[in-house]
Amino acid sequence: MEADSKPKKSGARLCCVCNQNRAALKRPKTLEQICRECFYAVFEEEIHQVILENQLFKPGDRIAIGASGGKDSTVLAYVLSELNRRHNYGLDLFLLSVDEGITGYRDDSLETVKRNELQYGLPLKIVSYKDLYGWTMDEIVKMIGLKNNCTFCGVFRRQALDRGAALLKVDKVATGHNADDIAETVLLNILRGDIARLSRCTSIITGEDGPIPRCKPFKYTYEKEIVMYAYFKKLDYFSTECIYSPNAYRGFAREFIKDLERIRPRAILDIIKSEMVQSLCLAGGAESRFTKAWHWSYSRPKQ
Amino acid sequence: MACNSSTCNSSGCYKGYEEEEQPKPNTKAAVNGGNSCQNLCVKCKVNEPVCCGIGGENSRFCKDCFKNNLYGKFKQAVTYNAMITPPDKVLVAFSGGPSSRVVLQFVHEMQYKAQKNYDANKDKSLPVFGVGVAFIDESSTHSFTSQHIEKAIEDIRLIVSNLAPPSKELFVVPIESIFSSDGIDGKERLKELLDAVSDVTGKEDLLSHLRILLLQKIASENGYTRIVLGSCTSRIACHVISATVKGQGYSLSADIQYVDSRWEIPVVLPLRDCPAQELNTLCSLDGLKIVELLNGPCSGINGLVSSFVKVLQEENPSRECTIVRTAGKLTPFHFNRVPEIHDSNVPSATRRHQKRYTLKPNGSLSSDSFCPICNSPLKKSNFPSSLRSHGSQQNPDLFASACSSCQFQILPKDPSLMEEFLSLLPQQMITKAKHGDQGNFSLLREQIQEFLFSDGENEI
Repeated sequence: MEADSKPKKSGARLCCVCNQNRAALKRPKTLEQICRECFYAVFEEEIHQVILENQLFKPGDRIAIGASGGKDSTVLAYVLSELNRRHNYGLDLFLLSVDEGITGYRDDSLETVKRNELQYGLPLKIVSYKDLYGWTMDEIVKMIGLKNNCTFCGVFRRQALDRGAALLKVDKVATGHNADDIAETVLLNILRGDIARLSRCTSIITGEDGPIPRCKPFKYTYEKEIVMYAYFKKLDYFSTECIYSPNAYRGFAREFIKDLERIRPRAILDIIKSEMVQSLCLAGGAESRFTKAWHWSYSRPKQ
Repeated sequence: MACNSSTCNSSGCYKGYEEEEQPKPNTKAAVNGGNSCQNLCVKCKVNEPVCCGIGGENSRFCKDCFKNNLYGKFKQAVTYNAMITPPDKVLVAFSGGPSSRVVLQFVHEMQYKAQKNYDANKDKSLPVFGVGVAFIDESSTHSFTSQHIEKAIEDIRLIVSNLAPPSKELFVVPIESIFSSDGIDGKERLKELLDAVSDVTGKEDLLSHLRILLLQKIASENGYTRIVLGSCTSRIACHVISATVKGQGYSLSADIQYVDSRWEIPVVLPLRDCPAQELNTLCSLDGLKIVELLNGPCSGINGLVSSFVKVLQEENPSRECTIVRTAGKLTPFHFNRVPEIHDSNVPSATRRHQKRYTLKPNGSLSSDSFCPICNSPLKKSNFPSSLRSHGSQQNPDLFASACSSCQFQILPKDPSLMEEFLSLLPQQMITKAKHGDQGNFSLLREQIQEFLFSDGENEI
């Protein structure tokens, strides 16, 4: 090849990690140019490090992966199985899915989870709001209207996950919450002055003094990178938003985070790691003790 | 509803503002009594309302009550935090916008009243505080026509000269004066400095740090003891969000309190509880002239946050207050209160007066070290031990002594460019970098003052 001319045309860029393959993409987190293989490697390795540093699992643990059929939980199931094999975590993995009863959304995504069960070889359990509470989200929305649906659904889902986890007799639940989600939640809680929630939302492990602890292995993983991973690996996932989400207040925070990422990608991590949040957690200590007690008493399985 | 107490300072009290004017009863409305409250001011229930507060339809005020409400918040902030006391000389930072116009107006009203009291009083022990106004001319950083800026300065001179008696000195200072070399030299150096910062947000933030340093310089060279900023609730809410997003969470509580004494001249924010929307309304109601200098829209993160907060505010008018209240739960720093006066030359009546109001917060953060660029307090753990040996006086390690946010968005990424960058910074920042771990001596001294003998040996 020409030794004198600099590679100006696209496609002549080299991966900055292996310096051999052509760069296929720019990493959203760091804007580095990287080839596919190295991207998979660095993506999986970063998650592995997060799991190790935060001691998320121990050998012999039975882990339920909260599976909605969306990109986050599909990639989580895929990567966890892969890392479990590669690094011998010694985990028993399960898929746990919650059916809120939202027609045109949940019924479609559940089909995806059933396919995941076969594709990844992980046993699946589905719990539904209708069975647990006698209500579907559609029925609830008809009752309360289109505002504040997420509040109801979120509370019910957490309990449903706890119930399902108890039925599966697992030690922990892993959810696919990514860095963008957590940054949005932090912002929302600041906007609403909800200091008690702020103290819980950035912890990588929550609910340790409740029935089932929950962890977020994707806490430092950018949503765009999850999408990239799923896209390049051609993973099977369901990519539509919940039909009630356009009215959610979270939409404001989401727009803002998306715009922010364009200007300064590292800002998302800055929000999550924010000292301000840590300091406010100390201030909200008393309140969160109260809410923890409430949450636990409502999560105990019925006689 | 006229208050008869002479010491009443409650926020809704008329007495604090204009003693002469009584609310003029509207004979039509007086008959109404309880029904159709929409036609009456929610406060005095006598006059017809002419404007709304941020509560929308639930907070319709008549002109007087609206003014009194805002002035009351201002007065309460000043009194409760001992912001302005009789021996002070107060420098009002005036940008031309509505918030600084209102704070200038309110400070003037307060001074005017104090002057009248002084003239009427036989006992002249408590003098009237002095007021000056500073306008920083940033036209060298933007492409304004000189005509535009000259007209603006003329308007500002007119505004200030109309706010007399008592008369106020006006300082119109170009931003490049921070370099203590005038004219083209300063302009060039400023341009080079700003060009050396690649991050758009970093550039804007560096400019605002230079601005506050210049205000400090003007105040200190002219004997002022306080700097008053017109920062309102909206601006503080934007600062809360942008600080969170820029990873400046540790120092956030230092910037959003009523008083900030980490500077040589303490900076006070008396309009902290006033929303921008109400300040705007007051300007139009009261015919307060604003000088709109279009400094260009803020781009980068600052602009994004400001439009975000604006959208939220439209959706829910109390959002800004909630944000500021949330951040208000953070522990303030030990320098977030006015320093006590220990100077025995100051009359004892004044010291008694100030001591009565000095708050001692229960539980405040202490900090010995500050970032040389943005002056934000640094966590002790961030401080590398290499600086404990005072580094080298010729080449202070700027990078190591700066906060992580300035390291990322302002300082050059390439270490070889650091030397040059250092040469472009104003002297005040270099000095701070050299004496990085010596902190704020006056505050340390304050803590041990009662044990020191004033025989000169203890002067550092």
